Amino acid sequence: MSAITRFGNRLYTGETSLNFIGRRVLWYLMSATLIVIAVVITTLRGGFAFGIEFRGGSEFQISNPASTDTAIAEQTITSEVGEAAAPRISIVGGKSVRVQTEQLTAEETDALRVSLADAYSVPVDQVTSSFIGASWGSDITSQALRALIIFLVLVSIVMALYFRTWKMSVAAMVAVVHDLTITAAIYGALGLEVTPAAVIGLLTILGYSLYDTVVVFDKIRENTSIAYDESKRTFAESVNLAVNQTLVRSINTSVVAALPVASILFIGSMLLGAGTLRDIALSLFVGILCGAYSTMFIAAPLYAQLREGESESAKQGRKDRTEIVRNASGAVR
Amino acid sequence: MATTSTSSRARRALVWLAVIFAAFGAMIASGVAFDKAGWTPKLALDLEGGTQIILNPQIAVGTTVTEEELAQAVGIIRQRVDATGVSEAEVTTQGGTNIVVSIPGTPDQATLDRIRSSAKLEFRPVLITDVSDVVSQVAANVAEALAEDPKADLSGLGTAETPVFWAEPAGDPINFSDLNWVTPEIYQAYLTTPCDVLDASGANTADPTQTLTVCADDQSYKYILGPVEVDGAMVSDASANYIPGANGVQTNEWGVYLTFNAAGTLAFADVTSRLTTLQGAQNQFAIVLDGKVISAPRTLAAIPDGKPVISGSFTELSSKALADQLKFGALPIGFEVQSSDTVTPTLGIAQLESGLLAGAIGLLLVVIYAIFQYRALSIVTISSLGIAAALTYVVITYLSQANGYRLSLAGVAGLIVAIGITADSFIVYFERVRDELREGRSVIAAVETGWKRASRTIIVSGVVNLLAAVVLFALAVGNVRGFAFTLGVTTVVDLLIVILFTHPLLQLLARTRFFTSGHAWSGLDGSALGAVYRGRGEFRVDKSVSADKRSRVSKESQKRQSIAERKALENGGDQ
Repeated sequence: MSAITRFGNRLYTGETSLNFIGRRVLWYLMSATLIVIAVVITTLRGGFAFGIEFRGGSEFQISNPASTDTAIAEQTITSEVGEAAAPRISIVGGKSVRVQTEQLTAEETDALRVSLADAYSVPVDQVTSSFIGASWGSDITSQALRALIIFLVLVSIVMALYFRTWKMSVAAMVAVVHDLTITAAIYGALGLEVTPAAVIGLLTILGYSLYDTVVVFDKIRENTSIAYDESKRTFAESVNLAVNQTLVRSINTSVVAALPVASILFIGSMLLGAGTLRDIALSLFVGILCGAYSTMFIAAPLYAQLREGESESAKQGRKDRTEIVRNASGAVR
Repeated sequence: MATTSTSSRARRALVWLAVIFAAFGAMIASGVAFDKAGWTPKLALDLEGGTQIILNPQIAVGTTVTEEELAQAVGIIRQRVDATGVSEAEVTTQGGTNIVVSIPGTPDQATLDRIRSSAKLEFRPVLITDVSDVVSQVAANVAEALAEDPKADLSGLGTAETPVFWAEPAGDPINFSDLNWVTPEIYQAYLTTPCDVLDASGANTADPTQTLTVCADDQSYKYILGPVEVDGAMVSDASANYIPGANGVQTNEWGVYLTFNAAGTLAFADVTSRLTTLQGAQNQFAIVLDGKVISAPRTLAAIPDGKPVISGSFTELSSKALADQLKFGALPIGFEVQSSDTVTPTLGIAQLESGLLAGAIGLLLVVIYAIFQYRALSIVTISSLGIAAALTYVVITYLSQANGYRLSLAGVAGLIVAIGITADSFIVYFERVRDELREGRSVIAAVETGWKRASRTIIVSGVVNLLAAVVLFALAVGNVRGFAFTLGVTTVVDLLIVILFTHPLLQLLARTRFFTSGHAWSGLDGSALGAVYRGRGEFRVDKSVSADKRSRVSKESQKRQSIAERKALENGGDQ
């Protein structure tokens, strides 16, 4: 048995217990500080760095030219469409040259593609060209936002029905919004380029973050429900035990989910440079780590806090419950 | 015996899985045999190389595109692309507003132009026209005179065709050629707005029941036109040919020969018979294509047979392209190119290879981690992942054959991400079984009770993931859909595999000596898990209790729990 498993045993019996619920103010403050810092840095940087899909423009990528000298591209563009094109030239994946310019007409795009192929002495079909209207990225985003809101509404209904309490649903939604905010904030603060692929990754965080929360909440529900509550634990202590008991599970699921994403991130940046794979993986990677954190440090404490206000009724509820427990436990054992 | 009934149920689940595999296998095989489909899923353009053009409708502010218009436009564009001889082009709608044209390889400029142009054709009577330069000159002279002296006499600055002022209309217009359509405001705009501004002002989306101020396609003439008399939808056939000269000798000029349908013929006969009686500009009718006048011929005689010829500055190529566009119909709405993306086959292959490599490495990492964490139990994880991968492959291949699904790079990313999510459900299950072992249950009992609890968690998380995939697929556009699609498919596959493979396999394995004995390497080693044994007697009792009874008992206790819990909740809610 690995050390993690033994750690898991101690967490399960309560021998070792990390205080997730008690120190909640600390966790809330940590997240809030992180978000505030990121928002300030993002604002100082002048907002998000939007990809070409949001700005509009033309993009060319020359695959495997003999020389990746960016000066060649610069000269070609200046002689073909003039200085106004404001080219941004970069080398991606070590062996391809990527050129982004202001929006060119369809004719200019096609002509420049041929000239670039000529300048780098590669066949024309090794030069890709994209022409992106400025509305493309914002179209994707507005639709993604609509999808996001509809999803959040639907999923909070599903969770409220499944857990039979809207408070779990609220806590889970706060955690999801927290994950989305932190991921977006990290993008803004580090000046990472926001592309439609990054938006896709961001949307997938939704499903993933909730997966983690559902697992932990299921255990909380079990621990705070009667049959298991023979001990004299308070509600908050029961929640804390549940988080501790599922800690190994949360670590394992997060590591396993993060491994393939890390692999995409690594391969995507090494072999392809900037592109769909890297962008999806980057936001997803940040989101998975955030999701694991927020379940334990935000969702669970928040749920305990939401139930705190009803201590009177909870106490009464427990009296009822204890009676039934005795019968139920008699049947089980 | 109870043990046998559990085992036989487990075996039955495995048989069901085999049946699902056989069904998809047979459907794919029949596709390969009869439709010449492949054994592999079809690839999208970003993996195969090709051009993808996304067209965005140009509509007036506040209006929306109807589904009918969009479907009509897709049909027309598809015919146009097919007419160019490009094979395997795909035209689809996206997100309820956009049209996506996917063409393998690199299309030539003519093909691109043909797809892009909306070919919105209108016949409008000319109300006022003049050479654009003259109009601009008059406007410039007026402005200059006014700058020198605001009270200057301007009446001498105009020409016969282009006066300086236009009087308020005397009454309501009686037909589409009536000059009463023109108000002083319309005239002022005609006089002062340059052609560049007019071209960019969206004449293509103008209201067909109002006047239209436009320029010729080469900006040589400026026009105020009456409302639409006949439109492109009334064209039933079109072809390109030389235009015969006045004496019947062929000229070098290309024209487009139209044939109208019955309604178009009548309408056209009406217009032409009216226009022949009029003089000057009003004798002309303008042929407006995509918001520009391509030709404004004089009406020499009424045309009762509905077969006019459009002349203009056509070449053989452009006249044929226009004829094709008109023959297959003009688009009900104008479109602009929102994005056009060409991926070379080289880059496509590189992207596919990187995707596959990332997938292989990701899978390997997950397998190593599983072995490290779960020892022999990782055999269940690895074989489940293998089966899940195989099932995903056949489902995707089948959907590619049957529904024309194409695997894109975003889709590949979705598949790789799914490795982790699929393995997660095994972890949730195993950890649950371990929890039951810690409670002191025997391996067989732990697998059963662990499954009861874990399956609920797994199913509800599956539902959440599926909900995310469905919402994204239904509402999002472009790459997001490809990703959402694979995510949805893999979620369903994940649920099927956990229920029909992982759990039955663990049920069967739990009965082997290696696992029941809680071998140190089994991953279900009770003592290492700190199980609270209640002595050997308890252990034996647990084993002898029939699985059915156990399940009944635990069902019973669960039922009571939820009643109690509901009650507790009710109490909580009342106060």
